Amino acid sequence: MKRRLVFDRFMVQRLGISLITLVAFLTVIPIIAVFAYIIGKGAPAISWNFLAAMPSDGMRAGGILPAIVGTFYLTLGTAIFSVPLGIAAAIYLAEYARENWLTRLIRIAIINLAGIPSVVYGLFGLGLFVLFLKFGTSILAASLTLSIMTLPVIISAAEEALRSVPQAFRTVSVSLGGTRWQTIRKIILPQALPGIITGVILGLERAAGETAPILFTGAAFFLPRLPQSPLDATMALPYHLFVISTQVPGMPIQIQYGTALVLIVFVLGMNLIATVIRSRARAKRQW
Amino acid sequence: MDKIVIEHLNLTYPSGTESLKEINLAIPANAITVLFGPAGGGKSSLLRCLNRLNDLTDIQTLTGRILLDGENILDPKTDVIDLRRRVGMVFARPVVLPMSIRQNLTYGLELANEKRRSKLDQAVERSLKLAALWDEVKDRLDDPGIALSGGQQQRLCLARVLANQPEVILLDEPTSGLDPISTGKVETALQELKKAYTIILVPHSVQQAARTADYAVFFLQGELVEAGQGGELFTHPQKKQTEDYIEGRFG
Repeated sequence: MKRRLVFDRFMVQRLGISLITLVAFLTVIPIIAVFAYIIGKGAPAISWNFLAAMPSDGMRAGGILPAIVGTFYLTLGTAIFSVPLGIAAAIYLAEYARENWLTRLIRIAIINLAGIPSVVYGLFGLGLFVLFLKFGTSILAASLTLSIMTLPVIISAAEEALRSVPQAFRTVSVSLGGTRWQTIRKIILPQALPGIITGVILGLERAAGETAPILFTGAAFFLPRLPQSPLDATMALPYHLFVISTQVPGMPIQIQYGTALVLIVFVLGMNLIATVIRSRARAKRQW
Repeated sequence: MDKIVIEHLNLTYPSGTESLKEINLAIPANAITVLFGPAGGGKSSLLRCLNRLNDLTDIQTLTGRILLDGENILDPKTDVIDLRRRVGMVFARPVVLPMSIRQNLTYGLELANEKRRSKLDQAVERSLKLAALWDEVKDRLDDPGIALSGGQQQRLCLARVLANQPEVILLDEPTSGLDPISTGKVETALQELKKAYTIILVPHSVQQAARTADYAVFFLQGELVEAGQGGELFTHPQKKQTEDYIEGRFG
Protein backbone atom coordinates (compact mmCIF):
# COMPACT_ATOMS: atom_id res chain seq x y z
CA MET A 1 0.00 0.00 0.00
CA LYS A 2 2.71 2.38 1.03
CA ARG A 3 4.80 1.55 -2.02
CA ARG A 4 1.93 2.20 -4.28
CA LEU A 5 1.45 5.72 -2.84
CA VAL A 6 5.07 6.63 -3.59
CA PHE A 7 4.65 5.30 -7.09
CA ASP A 8 1.57 7.46 -7.59
CA ARG A 9 3.28 10.64 -6.49
CA PHE A 10 6.13 9.84 -8.83
CA MET A 11 3.69 9.36 -11.68
CA VAL A 12 1.96 12.65 -10.99
CA GLN A 13 5.30 14.42 -11.00
CA ARG A 14 6.27 12.78 -14.30
CA LEU A 15 2.95 13.64 -15.84
CA GLY A 16 3.18 17.26 -14.68
CA ILE A 17 6.66 17.77 -16.04
CA SER A 18 5.74 16.16 -19.36
CA LEU A 19 2.75 18.45 -19.62
CA ILE A 20 4.59 21.71 -19.03
CA THR A 21 7.41 20.60 -21.33
CA LEU A 22 4.86 19.95 -24.03
CA VAL A 23 3.26 23.36 -23.52
CA ALA A 24 6.69 25.02 -23.69
CA PHE A 25 7.33 23.35 -27.04
CA LEU A 26 3.86 24.26 -28.28
CA THR A 27 4.59 27.97 -27.82
CA VAL A 28 7.54 27.67 -30.19
CA ILE A 29 5.47 26.10 -32.93
CA PRO A 30 3.64 29.27 -34.07
CA ILE A 31 6.93 31.15 -34.25
CA ILE A 32 8.56 28.47 -36.36
CA ALA A 33 5.43 28.18 -38.48
CA VAL A 34 5.35 31.91 -39.20
CA PHE A 35 8.98 31.80 -40.20
CA ALA A 36 8.74 28.75 -42.37
CA TYR A 37 5.66 30.11 -44.09
CA ILE A 38 7.13 33.54 -44.81
CA ILE A 39 10.48 32.20 -45.90
CA GLY A 40 8.85 29.60 -48.09
CA LYS A 41 6.55 32.10 -49.77
CA GLY A 42 8.85 35.11 -49.78
CA ALA A 43 12.29 33.71 -50.52
CA PRO A 44 11.66 33.23 -54.27
CA ALA A 45 10.97 36.96 -54.55
CA ILE A 46 14.30 37.99 -53.08
CA SER A 47 16.81 39.10 -55.66
CA TRP A 48 19.23 41.97 -56.03
CA ASN A 49 16.67 43.71 -58.18
CA PHE A 50 13.99 43.30 -55.51
CA LEU A 51 16.16 44.91 -52.86
CA ALA A 52 17.81 47.63 -54.93
CA ALA A 53 15.25 48.76 -57.50
CA MET A 54 12.36 51.20 -57.41
CA PRO A 55 8.86 49.73 -57.69
CA SER A 56 7.32 49.74 -61.13
CA ASP A 57 4.01 48.93 -62.76
CA GLY A 58 1.96 50.36 -59.86
CA MET A 59 4.20 48.50 -57.36
CA ARG A 60 3.25 45.18 -58.95
CA ALA A 61 6.80 44.69 -60.19
CA GLY A 62 10.31 45.95 -59.54
CA GLY A 63 11.82 46.32 -56.10
CA ILE A 64 11.10 47.78 -52.69
CA LEU A 65 14.20 49.97 -52.30
CA PRO A 66 12.34 53.11 -51.16
CA ALA A 67 10.59 51.19 -48.40
CA ILE A 68 13.88 49.71 -47.16
CA VAL A 69 15.64 53.07 -47.27
CA GLY A 70 12.65 54.74 -45.62
CA THR A 71 12.57 52.30 -42.72
CA PHE A 72 16.32 52.78 -42.31
CA TYR A 73 15.89 56.58 -42.19
CA LEU A 74 13.00 56.35 -39.74
CA THR A 75 14.95 54.03 -37.45
CA LEU A 76 17.98 56.30 -37.62
CA GLY A 77 15.84 59.39 -36.97
CA THR A 78 14.19 57.68 -34.01
CA ALA A 79 17.61 56.77 -32.63
CA ILE A 80 18.89 60.34 -32.95
CA PHE A 81 16.08 61.67 -30.77
CA SER A 82 15.30 58.85 -28.38
CA VAL A 83 18.77 57.51 -27.53
CA PRO A 84 20.36 60.64 -26.02
CA LEU A 85 17.11 61.64 -24.32
CA GLY A 86 16.42 58.16 -23.03
CA ILE A 87 19.92 57.63 -21.65
CA ALA A 88 19.96 61.08 -20.04
CA ALA A 89 16.63 60.39 -18.37
CA ALA A 90 17.86 56.99 -17.19
CA ILE A 91 21.04 58.50 -15.73
CA TYR A 92 18.95 61.05 -13.88
CA LEU A 93 16.58 58.43 -12.50
CA ALA A 94 19.24 55.89 -11.57
CA GLU A 95 22.05 58.13 -10.34
CA TYR A 96 20.71 61.51 -9.25
CA ALA A 97 17.02 61.39 -8.46
CA ARG A 98 16.01 60.96 -4.86
CA GLU A 99 12.97 58.86 -4.08
CA ASN A 100 10.17 61.38 -3.73
CA TRP A 101 6.77 62.08 -5.23
CA LEU A 102 8.31 63.69 -8.32
CA THR A 103 10.42 60.67 -9.31
CA ARG A 104 7.50 58.40 -8.52
CA LEU A 105 5.39 60.50 -10.88
CA ILE A 106 8.04 60.25 -13.60
CA ARG A 107 8.20 56.49 -13.23
CA ILE A 108 4.41 56.16 -13.38
CA ALA A 109 4.42 58.32 -16.51
CA ILE A 110 7.05 56.10 -18.13
CA ILE A 111 5.14 52.92 -17.34
CA ASN A 112 1.95 54.43 -18.73
CA LEU A 113 3.66 55.71 -21.85
CA ALA A 114 4.67 52.13 -22.58
CA GLY A 115 1.04 51.04 -22.36
CA ILE A 116 -0.46 53.52 -24.81
CA PRO A 117 -1.66 51.91 -28.07
CA SER A 118 0.60 52.85 -30.94
CA VAL A 119 -2.20 54.31 -33.05
CA VAL A 120 -2.74 56.89 -30.30
CA TYR A 121 0.89 57.93 -30.66
CA GLY A 122 0.21 58.31 -34.38
CA LEU A 123 -2.71 60.61 -33.74
CA PHE A 124 -0.71 62.59 -31.18
CA GLY A 125 2.17 62.95 -33.64
CA LEU A 126 -0.24 64.16 -36.28
CA GLY A 127 -1.57 66.83 -33.93
CA LEU A 128 1.73 67.99 -32.47
CA PHE A 129 4.44 67.48 -35.07
CA VAL A 130 2.61 67.45 -38.40
CA LEU A 131 0.02 70.15 -37.78
CA PHE A 132 0.97 72.29 -34.80
CA LEU A 133 4.73 72.40 -35.39
CA LYS A 134 4.10 72.33 -39.16
CA PHE A 135 6.66 69.63 -39.95
CA GLY A 136 4.14 68.15 -42.39
CA THR A 137 3.97 64.44 -43.14
CA SER A 138 7.68 63.90 -43.01
CA ILE A 139 10.51 61.69 -41.82
CA LEU A 140 11.08 64.26 -39.07
CA ALA A 141 7.52 64.10 -37.74
CA ALA A 142 7.39 60.31 -37.99
CA SER A 143 10.77 59.90 -36.28
CA LEU A 144 9.72 62.16 -33.43
CA THR A 145 6.47 60.24 -33.02
CA LEU A 146 8.33 56.93 -32.99
CA SER A 147 10.81 58.44 -30.53
CA ILE A 148 8.11 59.22 -28.00
CA MET A 149 6.87 55.68 -28.34
CA THR A 150 10.37 54.21 -27.97
CA LEU A 151 11.52 56.39 -25.06
CA PRO A 152 9.89 54.39 -22.25
CA VAL A 153 11.53 51.19 -23.48
CA ILE A 154 14.96 52.81 -23.66
CA ILE A 155 14.62 54.60 -20.32
CA SER A 156 13.52 51.48 -18.46
CA ALA A 157 16.23 49.29 -19.99
CA ALA A 158 18.97 51.85 -19.47
CA GLU A 159 17.93 52.56 -15.90
CA GLU A 160 17.98 48.88 -15.09
CA ALA A 161 21.42 48.50 -16.69
CA LEU A 162 22.77 51.43 -14.66
CA ARG A 163 21.30 50.12 -11.42
CA SER A 164 22.82 46.70 -11.93
CA VAL A 165 26.35 48.16 -11.66
CA PRO A 166 27.46 47.41 -8.06
CA GLN A 167 26.99 50.24 -5.57
CA ALA A 168 30.50 49.60 -4.20
CA PHE A 169 32.06 50.98 -7.41
CA ARG A 170 30.33 54.29 -6.79
CA THR A 171 31.44 54.45 -3.16
CA VAL A 172 35.05 53.63 -4.05
CA SER A 173 35.18 56.10 -6.90
CA VAL A 174 33.81 58.91 -4.73
CA SER A 175 36.17 57.98 -1.89
CA LEU A 176 39.11 58.37 -4.30
CA GLY A 177 38.09 61.95 -5.02
CA GLY A 178 35.71 61.42 -7.91
CA THR A 179 32.70 63.61 -8.51
CA ARG A 180 29.40 61.95 -9.19
CA TRP A 181 29.66 62.75 -12.89
CA GLN A 182 33.23 61.44 -13.16
CA THR A 183 32.07 58.24 -11.51
CA ILE A 184 29.21 57.88 -13.96
CA ARG A 185 31.36 58.66 -16.99
CA LYS A 186 34.40 56.55 -16.09
CA ILE A 187 32.83 53.56 -14.33
CA ILE A 188 29.06 53.32 -14.36
CA LEU A 189 28.30 54.14 -18.01
CA PRO A 190 31.01 51.90 -19.52
CA GLN A 191 29.88 49.02 -17.32
CA ALA A 192 26.21 49.59 -18.11
CA LEU A 193 26.77 50.22 -21.82
CA PRO A 194 26.12 46.69 -23.15
CA GLY A 195 22.82 46.60 -21.25
CA ILE A 196 21.92 50.05 -22.50
CA ILE A 197 22.75 49.17 -26.12
CA THR A 198 20.64 46.03 -25.87
CA GLY A 199 17.71 48.08 -24.58
CA VAL A 200 18.19 50.69 -27.28
CA ILE A 201 18.21 48.10 -30.06
CA LEU A 202 15.11 46.35 -28.72
CA GLY A 203 13.34 49.72 -28.54
CA LEU A 204 14.39 50.73 -32.06
CA GLU A 205 13.45 47.33 -33.39
CA ARG A 206 9.91 47.87 -32.22
CA ALA A 207 9.89 51.30 -33.85
CA ALA A 208 11.15 49.86 -37.13
CA GLY A 209 8.24 47.43 -37.32
CA GLU A 210 5.44 49.82 -36.36
CA THR A 211 2.82 51.01 -38.83
CA ALA A 212 0.28 52.99 -36.86
CA PRO A 213 2.52 55.79 -35.52
CA ILE A 214 3.86 56.61 -39.00
CA LEU A 215 0.54 56.20 -40.76
CA PHE A 216 -0.52 59.82 -40.26
CA THR A 217 2.87 61.36 -39.67
CA GLY A 218 5.31 60.37 -42.39
CA ALA A 219 4.47 57.29 -44.40
CA ALA A 220 3.64 57.61 -48.08
CA PHE A 221 1.55 55.26 -50.20
CA PHE A 222 3.94 55.53 -53.10
CA LEU A 223 6.76 57.90 -54.00
CA PRO A 224 8.50 57.89 -57.34
CA ARG A 225 11.87 58.82 -55.77
CA LEU A 226 13.80 58.40 -52.55
CA PRO A 227 13.29 61.05 -49.85
CA GLN A 228 15.67 63.98 -50.27
CA SER A 229 15.40 65.63 -46.85
CA PRO A 230 14.02 64.96 -43.37
CA LEU A 231 11.01 67.06 -44.32
CA ASP A 232 10.01 64.66 -47.11
CA ALA A 233 7.52 61.89 -46.56
CA THR A 234 8.84 58.40 -47.08
CA MET A 235 7.79 54.88 -47.86
CA ALA A 236 8.44 52.36 -45.10
CA LEU A 237 8.45 48.56 -44.95
CA PRO A 238 5.57 47.95 -42.52
CA TYR A 239 3.25 50.46 -44.20
CA HIS A 240 4.28 49.29 -47.66
CA LEU A 241 3.38 45.76 -46.63
CA PHE A 242 -0.04 46.96 -45.53
CA VAL A 243 -0.52 48.86 -48.77
CA ILE A 244 0.45 46.06 -51.14
CA SER A 245 -1.52 43.50 -49.15
CA THR A 246 -4.81 45.39 -49.03
CA GLN A 247 -4.82 48.42 -51.31
CA VAL A 248 -3.41 47.28 -54.63
CA PRO A 249 -5.53 44.95 -56.74
CA GLY A 250 -3.73 42.24 -58.69
CA MET A 251 -0.66 42.32 -56.48
CA PRO A 252 1.64 39.30 -56.99
CA ILE A 253 1.62 37.38 -53.72
CA GLN A 254 5.36 36.77 -54.00
CA ILE A 255 6.12 40.46 -53.60
CA GLN A 256 3.95 40.65 -50.49
CA TYR A 257 5.75 37.80 -48.78
CA GLY A 258 9.11 39.01 -50.04
CA THR A 259 8.45 42.35 -48.35
CA ALA A 260 7.39 40.63 -45.14
CA LEU A 261 10.57 38.58 -45.23
CA VAL A 262 12.76 41.66 -45.64
CA LEU A 263 10.99 43.36 -42.71
CA ILE A 264 11.41 40.31 -40.49
CA VAL A 265 15.08 39.96 -41.38
CA PHE A 266 15.62 43.67 -40.67
CA VAL A 267 14.01 43.43 -37.23
CA LEU A 268 15.48 40.07 -36.28
CA GLY A 269 18.89 41.20 -37.48
CA MET A 270 18.75 44.00 -34.92
CA ASN A 271 17.61 41.49 -32.32
CA LEU A 272 20.54 39.24 -33.14
CA ILE A 273 23.01 42.11 -32.78
CA ALA A 274 21.52 42.90 -29.35
CA THR A 275 21.85 39.28 -28.27
CA VAL A 276 25.46 39.06 -29.42
CA ILE A 277 26.39 42.29 -27.61
CA ARG A 278 24.73 41.08 -24.43
CA SER A 279 26.35 37.65 -24.33
CA ARG A 280 29.79 39.05 -25.22
CA ALA A 281 29.54 41.64 -22.45
CA ARG A 282 28.45 39.00 -19.96
CA ALA A 283 31.48 36.88 -20.75
CA LYS A 284 33.79 39.85 -20.28
CA ARG A 285 32.15 41.30 -17.18
CA GLN A 286 34.37 41.61 -14.11
CA TRP A 287 31.75 41.60 -11.37
CA MET B 1 51.15 66.30 17.17
CA ASP B 2 47.45 65.79 16.57
CA LYS B 3 46.45 65.41 12.96
CA ILE B 4 42.73 65.24 13.60
CA VAL B 5 40.76 66.68 16.52
CA ILE B 6 37.12 65.69 16.96
CA GLU B 7 34.99 67.94 19.15
CA HIS B 8 31.46 67.30 20.42
CA LEU B 9 30.58 65.12 17.44
CA ASN B 10 26.99 63.90 17.40
CA LEU B 11 25.45 61.87 14.60
CA THR B 12 22.03 60.30 14.19
CA TYR B 13 20.47 58.34 11.36
CA PRO B 14 16.77 58.58 10.44
CA SER B 15 16.30 54.92 11.35
CA GLY B 16 17.77 55.56 14.78
CA THR B 17 20.38 52.84 14.35
CA GLU B 18 24.09 53.22 15.05
CA SER B 19 24.83 56.81 15.92
CA LEU B 20 27.57 58.78 17.64
CA LYS B 21 27.11 60.54 20.98
CA GLU B 22 29.29 63.45 22.04
CA ILE B 23 32.60 62.17 20.69
CA ASN B 24 35.75 64.04 21.71
CA LEU B 25 38.99 62.60 20.41
CA ALA B 26 42.43 63.64 19.24
CA ILE B 27 44.14 61.45 16.65
CA PRO B 28 47.93 61.77 16.47
CA ALA B 29 49.90 61.99 13.24
CA ASN B 30 52.31 59.24 12.18
CA ALA B 31 50.75 56.56 14.32
CA ILE B 32 48.13 53.84 14.07
CA THR B 33 45.00 54.73 15.97
CA VAL B 34 42.69 51.80 16.41
CA LEU B 35 38.94 52.23 16.88
CA PHE B 36 37.54 49.05 18.35
CA GLY B 37 34.45 47.68 20.02
CA PRO B 38 31.43 45.54 19.25
CA ALA B 39 29.47 45.94 16.02
CA GLY B 40 27.09 48.88 15.93
CA GLY B 41 29.33 50.99 18.16
CA GLY B 42 29.74 53.76 15.62
CA LYS B 43 33.30 53.06 14.46
CA SER B 44 32.46 52.90 10.76
CA SER B 45 30.18 55.91 11.08
CA LEU B 46 33.04 57.89 12.58
CA LEU B 47 35.41 56.82 9.80
CA ARG B 48 32.90 57.90 7.20
CA CYS B 49 32.65 61.32 8.83
CA LEU B 50 36.38 61.81 8.48
CA ASN B 51 36.27 61.80 4.66
CA ARG B 52 32.66 62.99 4.43
CA LEU B 53 31.65 59.74 2.74
CA ASN B 54 28.65 60.06 5.01
CA ASP B 55 27.44 62.69 2.56
CA LEU B 56 26.26 59.79 0.40
CA THR B 57 24.19 58.38 3.25
CA ASP B 58 20.91 59.57 4.59
CA ILE B 59 21.82 61.35 7.83
CA GLN B 60 19.41 62.85 10.31
CA THR B 61 21.72 65.22 12.18
CA LEU B 62 25.45 65.82 12.34
CA THR B 63 26.81 68.37 14.80
CA GLY B 64 30.19 69.21 16.28
CA ARG B 65 33.54 69.80 14.63
CA ILE B 66 36.22 67.65 13.02
CA LEU B 67 39.46 69.55 12.65
CA LEU B 68 41.97 68.27 10.09
CA ASP B 69 45.16 70.29 10.56
CA GLY B 70 43.02 72.83 12.41
CA GLU B 71 40.37 73.21 9.70
CA ASN B 72 36.79 72.09 10.27
CA ILE B 73 36.00 69.59 7.55
CA LEU B 74 32.31 69.51 8.45
CA ASP B 75 32.07 73.10 7.30
CA PRO B 76 29.72 73.24 4.29
CA LYS B 77 32.37 75.19 2.42
CA THR B 78 34.87 72.33 2.61
CA ASP B 79 36.08 71.06 -0.76
CA VAL B 80 35.07 67.42 -0.25
CA ILE B 81 36.87 66.23 -3.39
CA ASP B 82 40.14 67.61 -2.04
CA LEU B 83 39.31 66.23 1.42
CA ARG B 84 38.82 62.73 0.06
CA ARG B 85 42.15 62.88 -1.72
CA ARG B 86 43.81 63.85 1.57
CA VAL B 87 41.88 61.26 3.58
CA GLY B 88 41.86 57.95 1.74
CA MET B 89 39.78 54.92 2.65
CA VAL B 90 40.13 51.14 2.39
CA PHE B 91 36.91 49.16 2.79
CA ALA B 92 36.16 45.81 4.41
CA ARG B 93 35.54 44.04 1.15
CA PRO B 94 38.23 44.64 -1.48
CA VAL B 95 36.48 46.52 -4.25
CA VAL B 96 38.59 46.25 -7.37
CA LEU B 97 37.32 48.52 -10.10
CA PRO B 98 36.51 46.69 -13.37
CA MET B 99 39.77 47.58 -15.08
CA SER B 100 43.44 46.56 -15.12
CA ILE B 101 45.72 46.62 -12.08
CA ARG B 102 47.47 49.67 -13.49
CA GLN B 103 44.22 51.50 -14.22
CA ASN B 104 42.99 50.79 -10.70
CA LEU B 105 46.09 52.51 -9.35
CA THR B 106 46.00 55.51 -11.65
CA TYR B 107 42.24 55.99 -11.31
CA GLY B 108 42.47 58.55 -8.49
CA LEU B 109 45.17 60.55 -10.26
CA GLU B 110 43.23 60.56 -13.52
CA LEU B 111 40.20 61.88 -11.66
CA ALA B 112 42.43 64.81 -10.73
CA ASN B 113 43.41 65.19 -14.38
CA GLU B 114 46.94 63.85 -14.12
CA LYS B 115 47.78 62.70 -17.64
CA ARG B 116 51.58 62.57 -17.71
CA ARG B 117 52.60 58.97 -18.31
CA SER B 118 55.81 59.29 -16.28
CA LYS B 119 53.93 60.59 -13.22
CA LEU B 120 51.38 57.80 -13.48
CA ASP B 121 54.01 55.07 -13.88
CA GLN B 122 55.91 56.47 -10.93
CA ALA B 123 52.78 56.45 -8.79
CA VAL B 124 52.01 52.85 -9.78
CA GLU B 125 55.42 51.58 -8.75
CA ARG B 126 55.70 53.66 -5.58
CA SER B 127 52.24 52.77 -4.27
CA LEU B 128 52.61 49.06 -5.07
CA LYS B 129 55.92 48.96 -3.21
CA LEU B 130 54.42 50.72 -0.22
CA ALA B 131 51.56 48.21 -0.14
CA ALA B 132 54.03 45.30 -0.44
CA LEU B 133 52.48 44.14 -3.71
CA TRP B 134 55.06 45.23 -6.28
CA ASP B 135 57.00 41.98 -6.51
CA GLU B 136 53.85 39.96 -7.00
CA VAL B 137 52.29 42.00 -9.80
CA LYS B 138 55.05 44.00 -11.50
CA ASP B 139 55.03 41.70 -14.54
CA ARG B 140 51.28 41.76 -15.06
CA LEU B 141 50.16 45.30 -14.44
CA ASP B 142 47.80 45.17 -17.40
CA ASP B 143 45.93 42.11 -16.20
CA PRO B 144 42.44 42.75 -14.87
CA GLY B 145 42.55 43.60 -11.17
CA ILE B 146 39.91 41.01 -10.44
CA ALA B 147 42.38 38.26 -11.42
CA LEU B 148 44.31 38.82 -8.18
CA SER B 149 43.71 36.77 -5.04
CA GLY B 150 41.62 38.24 -2.21
CA GLY B 151 44.67 39.27 -0.20
CA GLN B 152 46.32 40.83 -3.23
CA GLN B 153 43.12 42.64 -4.11
CA GLN B 154 42.97 44.25 -0.69
CA ARG B 155 46.60 45.38 -0.95
CA LEU B 156 45.76 46.71 -4.41
CA CYS B 157 42.99 48.75 -2.78
CA LEU B 158 45.48 50.03 -0.23
CA ALA B 159 47.95 50.88 -3.00
CA ARG B 160 45.17 52.65 -4.91
CA VAL B 161 44.62 54.91 -1.91
CA LEU B 162 48.37 55.49 -1.55
CA ALA B 163 48.68 56.49 -5.21
CA ASN B 164 46.63 59.57 -4.35
CA GLN B 165 49.34 60.55 -1.83
CA PRO B 166 46.90 61.09 1.03
CA GLU B 167 47.80 62.33 4.50
CA VAL B 168 45.39 60.14 6.40
CA ILE B 169 44.40 56.54 5.65
CA LEU B 170 41.15 55.13 7.00
CA LEU B 171 40.82 51.35 7.08
CA ASP B 172 37.45 49.79 7.87
CA GLU B 173 38.10 46.14 8.86
CA PRO B 174 40.45 45.76 5.89
CA THR B 175 41.43 42.19 6.72
CA SER B 176 38.04 40.78 7.70
CA GLY B 177 37.89 38.59 4.61
CA LEU B 178 41.58 37.65 4.44
CA ASP B 179 43.61 34.62 5.48
CA PRO B 180 46.21 35.02 8.28
CA ILE B 181 49.16 35.33 5.87
CA SER B 182 47.54 38.08 3.84
CA THR B 183 46.44 39.76 7.07
CA GLY B 184 50.04 39.69 8.27
CA LYS B 185 51.22 41.33 5.05
CA VAL B 186 48.69 44.12 5.41
CA GLU B 187 49.60 44.70 9.06
CA THR B 188 53.32 44.80 8.25
CA ALA B 189 52.65 47.29 5.49
CA LEU B 190 50.70 49.47 7.93
CA GLN B 191 53.60 49.48 10.42
CA GLU B 192 55.82 50.77 7.64
CA LEU B 193 53.25 53.27 6.40
CA LYS B 194 52.66 54.94 9.74
CA LYS B 195 56.07 56.61 9.46
CA ALA B 196 54.66 58.85 6.74
CA TYR B 197 50.90 58.71 7.23
CA THR B 198 48.25 59.06 9.89
CA ILE B 199 46.48 55.73 10.06
CA ILE B 200 43.07 55.07 11.56
CA LEU B 201 42.12 51.42 11.66
CA VAL B 202 38.93 49.65 12.60
CA PRO B 203 40.30 46.16 13.31
CA HIS B 204 38.32 42.98 12.78
CA SER B 205 39.28 41.52 16.15
CA VAL B 206 40.54 42.54 19.60
CA GLN B 207 43.73 40.62 18.86
CA GLN B 208 44.37 42.70 15.78
CA ALA B 209 43.60 45.83 17.79
CA ALA B 210 46.19 44.85 20.40
CA ARG B 211 48.79 43.89 17.76
CA THR B 212 48.59 47.06 15.73
CA ALA B 213 47.54 49.90 18.02
CA ASP B 214 49.77 52.81 18.96
CA TYR B 215 46.65 54.44 20.28
CA ALA B 216 43.41 52.65 20.96
CA VAL B 217 39.88 53.92 21.36
CA PHE B 218 37.05 51.77 22.67
CA PHE B 219 33.54 52.44 21.35
CA LEU B 220 30.34 51.04 22.76
CA GLN B 221 26.89 51.84 21.40
CA GLY B 222 27.89 55.15 19.89
CA GLU B 223 29.86 56.34 22.87
CA LEU B 224 33.57 56.70 23.33
CA VAL B 225 34.25 54.71 26.49
CA GLU B 226 37.98 54.92 26.77
CA ALA B 227 41.04 56.05 24.83
CA GLY B 228 44.72 55.60 25.53
CA GLN B 229 48.14 54.33 24.50
CA GLY B 230 47.84 50.94 22.80
CA GLY B 231 49.92 48.85 25.19
CA GLU B 232 48.50 50.61 28.21
CA LEU B 233 44.83 50.28 27.30
CA PHE B 234 44.97 46.59 26.53
CA THR B 235 46.93 45.64 29.67
CA HIS B 236 45.40 48.10 32.14
CA PRO B 237 41.99 49.24 30.95
CA GLN B 238 40.50 51.87 33.23
CA LYS B 239 36.84 51.15 32.58
CA LYS B 240 34.99 47.98 33.47
CA GLN B 241 33.30 47.74 30.04
CA THR B 242 36.62 47.98 28.23
CA GLU B 243 38.10 45.25 30.38
CA ASP B 244 35.06 43.02 29.87
CA TYR B 245 35.23 43.46 26.12
CA ILE B 246 38.97 42.89 25.85
CA GLU B 247 38.71 39.75 27.95
CA GLY B 248 35.89 38.50 25.79
CA ARG B 249 33.06 38.65 28.33
CA PHE B 250 30.86 40.19 25.67
CA GLY B 251 31.24 40.94 22.03
